[in-house]
Parts: sequence; C-alpha cells; structure tokens
Amino acid sequence: MHWNRTRECMNVVELRSYQLTKLKETVDRVYHNVASYRQKMQERGVIPEDINSLEDLRLLPFTAKQDLRDNYPYNMFAVPLQEIIRIHASSGTTGKPTVVGYTRRDIANWAELVSRCLTMGGGKRDSVVQISYGYGLFTGGLGFHYGAEKLGAVVIPTSGGNTRRQVMLMKDLKTEILACTPSYALCIIETLEAMGIKRDDLNLKAGIFGAEPWTDNMRRELEGKLGIKALDIYGLSEVIGPGVACECMEQQGLHIFEDFFIPEIIDPVTEEPLSEGEKGELVITTIDKEGLPVIRYRTRDITSLSYEPCGCGRTHARIGKLLGRTDDMLIIRGVNVFPSQIESALMAAGDIEPHYLIIVDRVNNLDSMEVLVEVSEKLFADEIRKLEQVRKKIASDIYTTLGINVNVKLVEPHTIERSEGKAKRVIDKR
Amino acid sequence: MFVKQISVFLENKPGKLSQVTDILEKNNIDISAISIADTTEFGIIRMIVNKPEEAVKVIKAARFPVNTTEVLAVEVSDKPGGLNFALQVLNDAGVSIEYLYSFIKRNGNRALILFRVEDSAKAVEVLQSAGVKLYTNEEINSL
Repeated sequence: MHWNRTRECMNVVELRSYQLTKLKETVDRVYHNVASYRQKMQERGVIPEDINSLEDLRLLPFTAKQDLRDNYPYNMFAVPLQEIIRIHASSGTTGKPTVVGYTRRDIANWAELVSRCLTMGGGKRDSVVQISYGYGLFTGGLGFHYGAEKLGAVVIPTSGGNTRRQVMLMKDLKTEILACTPSYALCIIETLEAMGIKRDDLNLKAGIFGAEPWTDNMRRELEGKLGIKALDIYGLSEVIGPGVACECMEQQGLHIFEDFFIPEIIDPVTEEPLSEGEKGELVITTIDKEGLPVIRYRTRDITSLSYEPCGCGRTHARIGKLLGRTDDMLIIRGVNVFPSQIESALMAAGDIEPHYLIIVDRVNNLDSMEVLVEVSEKLFADEIRKLEQVRKKIASDIYTTLGINVNVKLVEPHTIERSEGKAKRVIDKR
Repeated sequence: MFVKQISVFLENKPGKLSQVTDILEKNNIDISAISIADTTEFGIIRMIVNKPEEAVKVIKAARFPVNTTEVLAVEVSDKPGGLNFALQVLNDAGVSIEYLYSFIKRNGNRALILFRVEDSAKAVEVLQSAGVKLYTNEEINSL
C-alpha cells in the first residue's frame, strides 16, 4: 500500500529532474534569505546559478549542528518569523538545544511524510494508532500526531510515561499500530509481562520504532513478543523530524523520501562522497522546506545508500538500518565501537533482553570497557558455573565482533535505569 | 524423593542478603537450610523453606531473579564417617556432586545434608538401595 503512489513510485528519471528543479529553488532561496549560507557560499566562490545538475550539489558547503547553534535561535530560518507556526527543539545533550521552525506548509508536508510511513506499516483510515513518543519540543510526538491525523487514523496521544496505563489503553482500545522508541517498546513488553497480559490479548499489528538506532536482533525480539511487524523510521529535527525515511514491509532498508530530501553518504573524516553501498555519514539536503531548509546537513548518523529497485514498488532510494552515530561512536583502544554492536553480541549470547549499560573508563592510561547486563528470569541458573559460562560467552562474542576484551558484569533486573525516551547506553568516565 | 530448593540471584553488595530475608520474615516464611555461593560480583542464595511456592512468589514480586531446583535431602548419622558413607555410595556409582550444604534442623542423632547432583534419578536409586533415607519437603516441615 502507498499513501501517495504518484510521488513514492515516481519514475526515476522524472524524480531526478524534479529534484534538480527543487534543489535550484532551495539554493536560490537560502542564498538570498539566510546570511550564513550566503557567506559560506561566497567563501567557496559558489553562486546559485552554478547549480545545474544534481552532481553540482557537491559544490555546496556542508551544514553542521554547530551552524545551528551559532545562529541560535532564529538566524538560519529562511522566512520571516510571521510565517513560522511551530518551533521544535532537539534533545540537545550538550549546550543549547537546536531550535527548528516550521511554516504552515512545512507542517503539512511533514504530516504527508508521516502518513506515508504509517501506510508502510499497514496504517489505514480505520487504524487505531497509539503514539507513545514524547509530546512537546521533541519532534516525535507531535510529528507522528499530525501524520496519523492526516491519515485519518484513530489517534491515541498517550505520549511517553505511565506505562501501565499505556498498556491498559493499548489493550482496551485495541491499538493496531504502536509508535515509540524501540527501548520504550521493550519497557512496554516488560510491563505487559508484569501485568500478565499476553500478546494475543492485544490487537497490535505493527510498530513504527525510531529516534535511536536498533538492531535486527532487537527487531526479532519486538516482533516475537508483540506479534507485530516492527518497522524502523528515521528522522531528525534539523531536517524535519520523524518521517525522513521509513522501512516498508520488505524490511530491506528505509526509503528516504527523495521528493523532499537528497541523501549523500560521505566519509566523516575526509568529507569525500562515498559510493552506493559504502558505509559512512549520511548527509541530507532538504529541497521542499520553507522554514529551515538545510543544505548538505551532516546528520552524524552512520549508514549506507542503495538505489536498487524495491519489491514494494517505491522508487526512492533506501538507507541501511542505522548503525549508530558518529558522536555515539566510542573509540576504545583505537577501535571504533557502536553500542549497537554490543547489543548484537548480547542478543546472540542467548535470550538476553537487551537491558545493558556500557561503562568506559581509563585505568592506568588504558581504555577499559565494562558491560552491565541484567540477569533475566530465563538467564538465571542455580549454578555459579552456568552463570560464569553466560558471562564468558557474552565477553567472547564481544571479543569476536570487536576484538576488545570487556568485563561483563551480571546485575539484578531493573537496576539499570529505564528510559521512556532515548535509551542511555553508555557512561564514559574518561 | 526430592526437596524443592529456592535459589535467588543477588549482586554482591552490602545489605542485599537482608533484603531477601526481610521479605521472608514479612511473609512469615521459615528457613530450614541456607547457603550462599559467591563470586566477587554476584552470589546465589540457596534455601529450603517451609512454603516454597509462596516464597518464590514474594521474592519474584520484589524483582529478584529466582528459581526452584530439586535437590536431595540426605540423612546421615551425626558421627565421623556419616557424610563420607553417602559420598562413597555416590562416588561408586559415578554420580558427580554440584554442591552440598547442611540443614539447620536435625532429626535426633541424624544430620541432614542437601545434595545437588548431576544425575538425580541415579543418586536416589543408589542411596536408597544402600539404605540411606531421603526426605521430602513435608517430612522436613514436620521435623
């Protein structure tokens, strides 16, 4: 099923020509309306008229989160404030948040994108959609809300938190599509188990999970325990919010909506473009955004691009499942480590629910990594020997993947802090 | 022929053990044998209690990983060589012992030892044919 077949299945030649037209318009607009873009382009000796093909995108300067901070709060906006009807702010963990603004048309377009994503998950006019992303400055809640309303679904705006009540509503109101972070979905599963509610007591069909990277192992766990199709959705507030890309039922990568965004993959260090299939940093240019257009925005998310045709009929390129962020990346004794790799090792070691915490420290000038793993009911054995085997298996799996020796520590259940938004997986004491 | 034993996973931290015994006290559950296996980071408490099902329920509710294991409650005479006799019987039959610990309660001049063995069925067979008495939960509760 497609929400907007004309756009989503557009002939590739037409799509490229459409993109070029929109790209030119965008570059022209930011050059004339946003001082910092104009200045950066002038420094590079580029004017809007130099953009004559999609390859010319490479002539343009990159935009980074720091640019948004430097222009805090409004200086990157390409329209006067009277045109802006909504502000969101990123969950900035360091320093000031990044503020983003939307015109009425931006909000409508964003809803269009989320409608496409919900349709990918089987959403229809009569679907019951529960939105357990936080409502507020975070784009997750309201972004989904407007998309689900545009779809015409029955929208339950539970936001995050009060999980027992969420679960009760999920059961009583017969929620079919759940939208939340994958870590919150795990929290919901625990609550279901604690309340003695089985997956067959629910009416769930699909989950649209995003806002943090998650693995295929976690997908299997979520699909098995909730009896759903678990789809990955991608987005970031600087670009628009959730709905930049989403998985279709084929689950072979996330379609990035190319009538709104042009994706590139670059080497995060050399900034050189990488070819199809190579892993690197995702860079996005918005080509149909009024309030805050971004040119070659460095997302810091690590993935790859594929232009192979997809079984679902959509012609838009796909990004691979997100592997992590360049800034989540830990460098342990010179090795690049993503929390998602640890998670895969944990899931592979046996039925471990991925409640874990990575603690990185420096002992005698040497990086050390400790992984705290909660002992689940299933994992617990009456014999020390068996528990030690579990510990060793996890450590050896991590060693196989990363080539790093880690200390695995088994801890009691529910001692690692639960998240209702994005999970905190790493404490770096260095 | 088996006795139901409760095992609880605990982190090796001050105050952890008493959290569990506190739960048992509040629920009026009596411990008749207890042992702790520990490593530097975690430990397993093993216990025989008068109401095992209820104990599992209340410990689980407090979110500690808990499970039950069937162990043998073996009666030995409380004099030199008493335990050794039972061990020899198992050894001769090639039954390996995972761990053992003793009861707080005793039956006259007979001591009670809990055995967790690799092959429980075989252990029962050889101990009984050597005339060794094995207790059930009910028999222990009535001591």
